[in-house]
Amino acid sequence: MTKLLQTLVDAISVGSLYALIALGYTMVYGILQFINFAHSDIFMLGAWFSYLIARIVGWTQTMPPSWSIVVVLLGAMVTCGTLGYLIERLAYRPLRSAPRLNVLITAIGVSLFLENAGQLRWLFGTQPQPMPQLIVDRPILTVSGGMFSAPVNINLVDVIVVLVAVALMLALEWLVFRTKLGRAMRAVSYDTRTAALMGINVNAVVSATFVIGSSLAAAAGLLFALKYRGLKQPADAGWILLGLKAFVAAVIGGIGNISGAMLGGLLIGFVEIFGAAYFSPHLRDVYVFSLLIAVLLLRPTGLLGRATVEKV
Amino acid sequence: MRGGGENKEAPKAAGDSATTAATKAPAASDTILIGEFGSLTGSEATFGQSTHNGVVLATKEVDAAGGIKGKKVAVRTYDDQGRAQEAGTAVTRLITDDKVVAVLGEVASSLSIAGGRVAQQYKVPMISPSSTNPQVTQIGDMIFRVCFLDDFQGWAGAKFARDHLKAQTAAVLYDQAQAYSKGLNDYFSKAFGELGGKIAATQAYSGGDQDFSAQLTTIRAANPDVIYLPGYYTDVANVILQARKLGIKAPFLGGDGWDSSQLAAIGGQAVEGSYFTNHYSPDEERPVVQEFVKKYNADYGATPDGLAALGYDAAKLLFDAMARAEALDGPSLAKAIAASKDFQGVTGVFSIDPKRDAKKPAVVVVVKNGKPAYVTTIAPPTS
Repeated sequence: MTKLLQTLVDAISVGSLYALIALGYTMVYGILQFINFAHSDIFMLGAWFSYLIARIVGWTQTMPPSWSIVVVLLGAMVTCGTLGYLIERLAYRPLRSAPRLNVLITAIGVSLFLENAGQLRWLFGTQPQPMPQLIVDRPILTVSGGMFSAPVNINLVDVIVVLVAVALMLALEWLVFRTKLGRAMRAVSYDTRTAALMGINVNAVVSATFVIGSSLAAAAGLLFALKYRGLKQPADAGWILLGLKAFVAAVIGGIGNISGAMLGGLLIGFVEIFGAAYFSPHLRDVYVFSLLIAVLLLRPTGLLGRATVEKV
Repeated sequence: MRGGGENKEAPKAAGDSATTAATKAPAASDTILIGEFGSLTGSEATFGQSTHNGVVLATKEVDAAGGIKGKKVAVRTYDDQGRAQEAGTAVTRLITDDKVVAVLGEVASSLSIAGGRVAQQYKVPMISPSSTNPQVTQIGDMIFRVCFLDDFQGWAGAKFARDHLKAQTAAVLYDQAQAYSKGLNDYFSKAFGELGGKIAATQAYSGGDQDFSAQLTTIRAANPDVIYLPGYYTDVANVILQARKLGIKAPFLGGDGWDSSQLAAIGGQAVEGSYFTNHYSPDEERPVVQEFVKKYNADYGATPDGLAALGYDAAKLLFDAMARAEALDGPSLAKAIAASKDFQGVTGVFSIDPKRDAKKPAVVVVVKNGKPAYVTTIAPPTS
């Protein structure tokens, strides 16, 4: 019982992070039908910029004020949002009418560029670094006694991860389905050419998509850094693997579908954490990719990926 | 071996010193040229840089003392970027172009094996400062090493857990993507059982993982007296942070892959009181250690890590053998290296055994106030 509850808490927390990253993949795919391989690097930079901002402000030694997390969150989101805009403007837009393969390869190039630029000595360097402790991470709820053989800790950081992730996802839902920009995004996703004929500024919509997707990745980066404080060097393969799993989450949920990305993220978190806890931790990546194969065999469009479902 | 260096000045500083070491080596016949290959750039850059610093320091010393057989010693260093192909090319170049009398390198075992094959082929002696995989010296009679092997390191960890920590049960969490970590898991588990302990749980992770909660929850349920964690420092720090959050109080024990200032920088309070086996400790009171730490600090402004100490010892052992050798051709020099006995190294007093490995003690250190502090020395089993 102890193990079940503890595993459940971990799975929800990890799954929310995957979901948040998956949103960026799915939004770009929904509009441009192309997989932005540099997205996992934006996520990585989100974590590292959070580190940098906290360091610059000086929240490393003394206990920072409780609003510091909001400042770092906004700072990282703005930085990565700008970066997302620039990447789209400089690398992808010139290739908008080129064959899709060209853009895909460019995305890989951008990804390599970001990883290696992140290792510049005056930026983040090649060493792993500790993320400053922006919040006192303590158990806020301890469940014990009765059928629990050991106390189950629900930590503040996990609660923050889930709350921020849920808040951002609700905000995105609202933006896409309740605002003018959202309607334009859906129109461009449905048919770019017709949308342009109807007077929608396609370039602006695509830019907005990249900015939103990148800032969500930055938020995921900060949450990730709060949860796992040892940040690996920017070119570490671990970041790519995380991005890859988030991409799998987007595909499982049905790429191009926002709710699908959230569902896929949570599902992957559950499969991975429960598989590792109850079967064997040796195969945790195997569970994730087996799930992908199973979903692709049974429902090639993903769980929620139906043509009738509205896409972004 | 493993571990990251402490030298944060990373790529550029070492790159520069490599160039100067290479360019200032005159090809005149009053100089003996030795070769070094290492990862001065690439993802294991700090390994190569620390080792290189140690080698350069040893060379400076021997030259200040009048050189060997009346000749000055110079080092030529090539960067292998942490890639096996490059390692082979670097050693070929050192031997065929530069005509070095001996080669020093590498840290990573796979690269030592690549370079070692070339050195063996040309019958030029090679000493690896810090490759712990058994295969390295099995290449042939020209290949030596000055560090201990992983089977001993695993055993030393088990011995320490049983004798000093009085542990009855242990859990192991290892990195299944690393031969180093897998090897240590095998050797530790075997030795811990033989010494009368019981392995309560064995769990694994893979290099890229960030979340260890599933494995740690399983380990917590097993309630071990000690947790053996033979990984690299970044993962180690993350694992211990998460373990403490889950309320696991058992001490952690690891290997030389923990040897980095970043361990305490990332792990902070959580890693305090954790132990690891290492090649040396800067706290050891033997004069040779204290003198080395002082000189290294004066030259590089940092406390030397295990890699620097091993690089220094490898070079010193080579110079010692060169002074004793009848001639400096490959077979004579190899014979002199093989005959090294009770060498007073920074990383211990050791002899080269018939398998061309160093038989030497391991040091156990504890993380205290963010720095490794000396606890005890574990001598190799007498059998």
